[in-house]
Amino acid sequence: MRAFDYATASTVDDALKLARPGSAFLAGGTTLVDLMKLDVLTPDRVIDVNSLPLKGIRLHAGGLRIGALERMSDVAAHPVVRAVHPMISKALLLSASGQLRNMASIGGNLMQRTRCDYFRDVTSACNKRRPGSGCPALTGVNRGHAILGTSDSCVATHASDVAVAFVALGAQVVLRGKDGGRTVALEDFYLLPGSTPDRENVLGPGELIAEVVVPVLPWARHSTYLKIRDRQSYEFALTSVAAAVDVKRGVVQDVRLAAGGVGTKPWRLRAVEEALKGGVAVERTFADAAESAVDGARPLAHNAFKTSLLKRSIVRALLDAAGVR
Amino acid sequence: MTTSRRQFFGRAAAVSAGVALTSPLAEAIAAPANDTGLVDVAFRVNGERRRLSLDPCVTLLDALRERLQLTGTKKGCDRGQCGACTVHVDDRRVLSCLTLAVTVQGKDVTTIEGISDGDELHPVQRAFIEHDGFQCGFCTSGQIMSAVEVVEEREVRTDDQIREAMSGNICRCGAYPNILAAIKQARES
Repeated sequence: MRAFDYATASTVDDALKLARPGSAFLAGGTTLVDLMKLDVLTPDRVIDVNSLPLKGIRLHAGGLRIGALERMSDVAAHPVVRAVHPMISKALLLSASGQLRNMASIGGNLMQRTRCDYFRDVTSACNKRRPGSGCPALTGVNRGHAILGTSDSCVATHASDVAVAFVALGAQVVLRGKDGGRTVALEDFYLLPGSTPDRENVLGPGELIAEVVVPVLPWARHSTYLKIRDRQSYEFALTSVAAAVDVKRGVVQDVRLAAGGVGTKPWRLRAVEEALKGGVAVERTFADAAESAVDGARPLAHNAFKTSLLKRSIVRALLDAAGVR
Repeated sequence: MTTSRRQFFGRAAAVSAGVALTSPLAEAIAAPANDTGLVDVAFRVNGERRRLSLDPCVTLLDALRERLQLTGTKKGCDRGQCGACTVHVDDRRVLSCLTLAVTVQGKDVTTIEGISDGDELHPVQRAFIEHDGFQCGFCTSGQIMSAVEVVEEREVRTDDQIREAMSGNICRCGAYPNILAAIKQARES
């Protein structure tokens, strides 16, 4: 690990003032410390934000508000989260291990970096880590990589599970910076790699995530988070689907769908949602609608299986969320 | 570490001097104890107050093993993937290899050395012995520290739920069936 100076702050303003080019905010540390050990991240100042007043889980008129420093395990176990949006709890419990969930914060989870092996190996080229150096994943081992939202510069997937649930539900993130605060839809918070995969989100220098706000949709209690992976636990997704569906008299009234493990960012499946609305809630409808999930997909040498896996996962998640079987 | 001690101390001293001169926030920086760039950290380990001067890049795992000689906590992968380094911070199981020691300022750390009551083993320790829940033993302290939390979780009931709750602790000897049996027994006691 490279040397750095360590700073703590007890107010958001102090933390923002301590931030400078080359500094990093530290919450749970499960991404930052890991990547510092690998020399993938080399901040010269680490600002410990764990004492900031960014905690609390509250139900307000505007929605379910989750402080950025709430830990994954606390959010997953929170009775309000489980009652209002069980999908969030499920996505969290299918992430990482008990120890990591006790450590990792919600803000940090949204900021976690890709698990692409080339990104994590400083002896490899990587456009995300070293812009312009190239992308070995395009022609190398790319079984775990993205099929949606990719570019000729980067095909890395986004690793978060709960971000997929948040994007499905239309969550927003409240950001704090030196010039005040702003609120951004989480879906727009993440950027497509394009020719600048080193820029993963809209956070400006020294800005941090203060809070996540999730709209309350009474019908979205009928929801699920389906995660498909190489082993049953403690593994990242090959494909995941967050699904909430409102079925009345056997007809889909409304639906929210997003996928993980297949996109360069958490992937909202709007075309599938539109195809489902007004349809009869049966497997055939779900399968027909799921076809449009892979429009524009760009499979690589080793991950073409993800196109059919994604479609089947969507059908299974919808059947589960709709209680059809 | 890729940086020599001399390089590190030289740079850290320059950084702290710069902060002292220019920043009204100097008090917000966890002030280096002296010009070596070390940070003073006070915390409790197994109920005892300890105070260390640490380079901020030292992990809790290394502080426990190398500075406090508490070598019961093991270094397996050192990357947050195996669970051998599991300890409790403020009564929650965490990975000491991904925890910077300076961040446990004011906290309560419990290691495998601290869970027995004198010579009286913790029920989870006893159960691991009775069920032979290990072979080489390297992962065992981490397994036990995880299991101490898992046996208290009311929603972890079935065998599959226990396996899921324990999935962050890898055993290369494959003692999983006996670990499961030990946890089931400890949960009932």
